[in-house]
Amino acid sequence: MAISAAEVRHVAALCRLAVPTEQEGALAADLGRILEHVQRLQACDVAGVPPTSHVGELGDTLREDEVRPSLAQDAAVANSAAARAGLFLVPRVVDDEAAQG
Amino acid sequence: MSQGEIWTLSLQALRRLLAAGGTSSAEVCAAFWDRAAELDRHLHAFLDLRPRTAVLADAEAIDRQRAAGSALGPLAGLPVALKDNLSTAGWETTCGSRILRGYRPPYDATVVSRLKAAGMVVLGKTNLDEFAMGSSTEHSAFGPTRNPWDLGRVPGGSSGGSAAAVAAGMAPASLGSDTGGSIRQPAALCGVVGLKPTYGRVSRYGLVAFASSLDQVGPFGREVADVAMMLGAIAGPDPHDATSARVAVPDYSEALVPDLSGLRIGAPRELFGEGVDEDVRASVAAAIDLLGELGASVSECSLPHVGYSLDAYYVIAPAECSSNLARYDGVRFGPRAGHGDYVAQFSATRGEGFGPEVKRRIMLGTYALSAGYYDAYYDRAQRVRTLIRRDFQEAFQRFDALVAPTSPTVAFPLGSRLEDPLAMYAADICSVPANLAGLPALSVPCGLSNGLPVGLQVIGPAFGEMTLLRIGAAFEQSSDFHGRRPPMAVLG
Repeated sequence: MAISAAEVRHVAALCRLAVPTEQEGALAADLGRILEHVQRLQACDVAGVPPTSHVGELGDTLREDEVRPSLAQDAAVANSAAARAGLFLVPRVVDDEAAQG
Repeated sequence: MSQGEIWTLSLQALRRLLAAGGTSSAEVCAAFWDRAAELDRHLHAFLDLRPRTAVLADAEAIDRQRAAGSALGPLAGLPVALKDNLSTAGWETTCGSRILRGYRPPYDATVVSRLKAAGMVVLGKTNLDEFAMGSSTEHSAFGPTRNPWDLGRVPGGSSGGSAAAVAAGMAPASLGSDTGGSIRQPAALCGVVGLKPTYGRVSRYGLVAFASSLDQVGPFGREVADVAMMLGAIAGPDPHDATSARVAVPDYSEALVPDLSGLRIGAPRELFGEGVDEDVRASVAAAIDLLGELGASVSECSLPHVGYSLDAYYVIAPAECSSNLARYDGVRFGPRAGHGDYVAQFSATRGEGFGPEVKRRIMLGTYALSAGYYDAYYDRAQRVRTLIRRDFQEAFQRFDALVAPTSPTVAFPLGSRLEDPLAMYAADICSVPANLAGLPALSVPCGLSNGLPVGLQVIGPAFGEMTLLRIGAAFEQSSDFHGRRPPMAVLG
């Protein structure tokens, strides 16, 4: 199954993965071969068969609504490459115009 | 007892020796640590070996408790190695990935805290394919692990470090994780025992997620009794994991009877088919004959849809991976790369942090879940999965357990499949069905082919671990494969 470089760029954008241009061709070829292989699934008759959502006997898990110890704020941010005052630092996601509007 | 002999012993033998006062936990842990430090230059089974002083301090604390007459569990004072996708509080957990370099989890995985509560002494964190995605441990960002039986070959994967460590006597037992065969396949290729428990038998809390409907933590050991004991220590419900099953944990040691009378065992012909090496097939067939001699009735059977397993797996696992690995955005953990806006930094961090196989799977999963393709790939794969589960349910109406090869081949040469993802994926052909169906499966050594280990896989119904352990233990006691060790000429 042929996957184009444009499709690779589209999927890479969806999953927020920077893919260097020179790797697009190899990735397209690999994905194409794997997708070609899994096409075998189309030959399986699944009419009237429900999809699996879980393999176990999943029931509700309930407990008393009580406060329990949880991760402290400083521990939660301790692994961040950029944190200040117990908060994660990220690039601004709202531009000036939108912020003022 | 000399240090030279200790590393050859199983958990059971070590436990008896400790109880009889024939050695100390400090002596045992020092013996394994020294061997691990020595051999790891050749094998690279460990990503991080704890400082010897820290290991011995833990061991001596257990020795003091023993001397004071404290009631200690059977695993107390025995060393263990942990796959590096199991969270360890304050101790770097990388998942074999650059994207988690320097990450120190704020808590222990439930399996880790349970082993610590049982008194086990952690030796180190073992190597793995990045985020447990691979079948050879070559996809580790920190270099491959080598097979102790032949340093030019892979140990299998993704828990290759944990398997190689036990095979080489660097640890008497270890933990791994199994999403598509990542415990059983390296166990087979390294000649040790490995168990993937029933989905939900063991808590996944603190296991860094790859594919949440398939992942399960399980043990490696030198013999079946060791794996049974480890399972008993880690199994059971956990309030931190809503998918952990509220099913009582039996005493797995009671399973270990060397008699298979009355057991009905099926051999699904589809798992002996195309791609399975003739030598592997012959070893497994001989093992099945022995199960018959031990009292089991064995007959061929069919799992009509199991031939679709690999295809269903390589849609479902990447789909779940693409979702789970969305959390690696460079904000909360790991290094952050790139400049500019949030999306640019997010994408650059992931582009630099993930290796080629993880990128392939994230891309594949994203594609399979994307608009216009969801029904053809993900939805269809989950319907096929239902058919595969039904095949197993029907088989377990007639049989107590199923047997098959664990891996279609013995250990393959380093580098031989690295550039061919489909060839690498084919290594999982016999092991993925149990994951798709959520079933327990055990691999026990059952032969050698040209000096390389072959594994017998035993698959059971949900929560049928007792039956698997019984079959494995009976087989082991009537054959001599589990006692074999890699040639010393290789390891020194």
